[in-house]
Amino acid sequence: MSVDNYNPLGAWTLFQRETRRFLRVKMQTVVTPALTAIMYLLVFRYAMGERQVPGLDVPYFDFLIPGLVMMAMLQNAFANTSSSLIASKVMNVHVFLLMSPISAMEVTLAFLAAAVVRALIVAVVLLLVLIPFADVHLVHVWMILLYGICGSIIMGGFGMMAGMWAKRFDDMATITNFIIMPLTFLSGVFYSVHQLPAFWQQVNRANPFFYLIDGFRYGFLGTGDTDPGQAAAIVIAAAAAVTIACWWLWRQGWKMKE
Amino acid sequence: MSHALQIKNVSKTYRGGKQALDDVSLDVPEGSFFALLGPNGAGKSTLINILADVVRPGSGQIRLLGHDLFREHGWCKRRLGVVPQEVAFDPFFNPREILHITSGMFGAKADEAWIEQLLERLELLPHAEKNSRQLSGGMRRRLLVAQALVHRPPVVVLDEPTAGVDVELRKRLWTFMRELNAQGTTILLTTHYLEEAEELCDQVAIIDQGRLLMHRPMRELLDEVASRVLHLSWPKPLQLDAAQQQALTRWRPRVQGSCLQLCLASGEQQAFHDAYTAASLLLGPPQDVALMQEDLEDVFLRLTGDHHERG
Repeated sequence: MSVDNYNPLGAWTLFQRETRRFLRVKMQTVVTPALTAIMYLLVFRYAMGERQVPGLDVPYFDFLIPGLVMMAMLQNAFANTSSSLIASKVMNVHVFLLMSPISAMEVTLAFLAAAVVRALIVAVVLLLVLIPFADVHLVHVWMILLYGICGSIIMGGFGMMAGMWAKRFDDMATITNFIIMPLTFLSGVFYSVHQLPAFWQQVNRANPFFYLIDGFRYGFLGTGDTDPGQAAAIVIAAAAAVTIACWWLWRQGWKMKE
Repeated sequence: MSHALQIKNVSKTYRGGKQALDDVSLDVPEGSFFALLGPNGAGKSTLINILADVVRPGSGQIRLLGHDLFREHGWCKRRLGVVPQEVAFDPFFNPREILHITSGMFGAKADEAWIEQLLERLELLPHAEKNSRQLSGGMRRRLLVAQALVHRPPVVVLDEPTAGVDVELRKRLWTFMRELNAQGTTILLTTHYLEEAEELCDQVAIIDQGRLLMHRPMRELLDEVASRVLHLSWPKPLQLDAAQQQALTRWRPRVQGSCLQLCLASGEQQAFHDAYTAASLLLGPPQDVALMQEDLEDVFLRLTGDHHERG
């Protein structure tokens, strides 16, 4: 392959563009998710009191924090890629990306990296805000990073696919409200699967977000509903698969080129 | 002669069955200022969008400066600047930032002096720090031109770059384009202003309904292909019956109100006398007579049909 087919400066510029884009509207992209998570915490703090989570023997408040942080990371990683692409398409700005000599893999990596950065910023802001109110433990930092980054890649990738597929903002709202929101809310953020009847436990285990939340929470609490090693392997494989799928779709110009 | 673009047998049929391009072959000489003309929907923008990699070609080959556009797209894209027809702007950034971003995306480190020059020549310097949402339509279109030029491509494609730009600025834009062309940049232009194409371009191709109708050097087209037109006027509006139409058919008669236009082929010595005599016999002596050279617009309308909106 010719050196002309590599464009690291182009990929870096695209990454910077995507990062600066969300930082330009940080009230919407960083502050709002933090505020939403704090609202959840306040409500559940007073609703659940000092109760322990059945089966895990940890305070509900400590249980809730990692789940909320991960949920915010996943939703923001998805929003970063999906909103950027759908807005570009609606405003016809996507043609500049198509015209530029940035390869499909470089485009994929630039978009996913920006999604991960946004997710990490949201997570750090959330944790910084919560630390004064809660006893936040970081038991396995590497697990937190692994799940946080892989989860952001997976959701950034899904966001990329959704952004490529959608033709209107309404299409994107459909995906966000009917797929992403239910999957994140029903992934064990607010409850442990041990609290559920057997059937719903199985349903929950079929939700891929469940493993992301649970593994991430394991990094904070040192305990969870699944085997963290096995789940980590699944999550790494899923992140790789989603990245490859995005690369392949971009290479085909799927829903981007006529 | 080396070619900036060699387009061979390019066809494109959109989903839904609309054939936008039908076996178009075209060579754009390196260093030329090339006009691609055609009515709306003729296929010009499809061809340009294929060059820009925004639309997939159905079949055919395109070479840019001798390199295969579809196989060596990295090499080719770095050497091609395209101004899309539709105005598009990134609302998150100002013009200066947009030019830095575009430059980087094309793999070129931002050339500050060149960016400054582009902003100045395209009269965007006072607006360089404004959010692009605050720019007028004409400014946004000029920003598109700057984006296409920021990585200094040797081949530039301009798809109606002056639509909505006022006359004074349009003239200055063309002066800048002429300078770039004089420095060796090949420019492929589509425009709604045919007089501009006539004035600026040294090569012209006309495309209609996805097919290439002609491709000539501009001078040759105007000197040889374009014929003289005999304008004959009567006091009352004209309507030719079938027999009159038939009798005048060799001069491709066209009626506009009370005026009859007859095309006289170049080099035909008796053409004026024959056409005038035939028309006078059929319709009576005309009130007024004028002999005019066809301009590009006349040729365009003649080739594409009067029913088309010119483009």
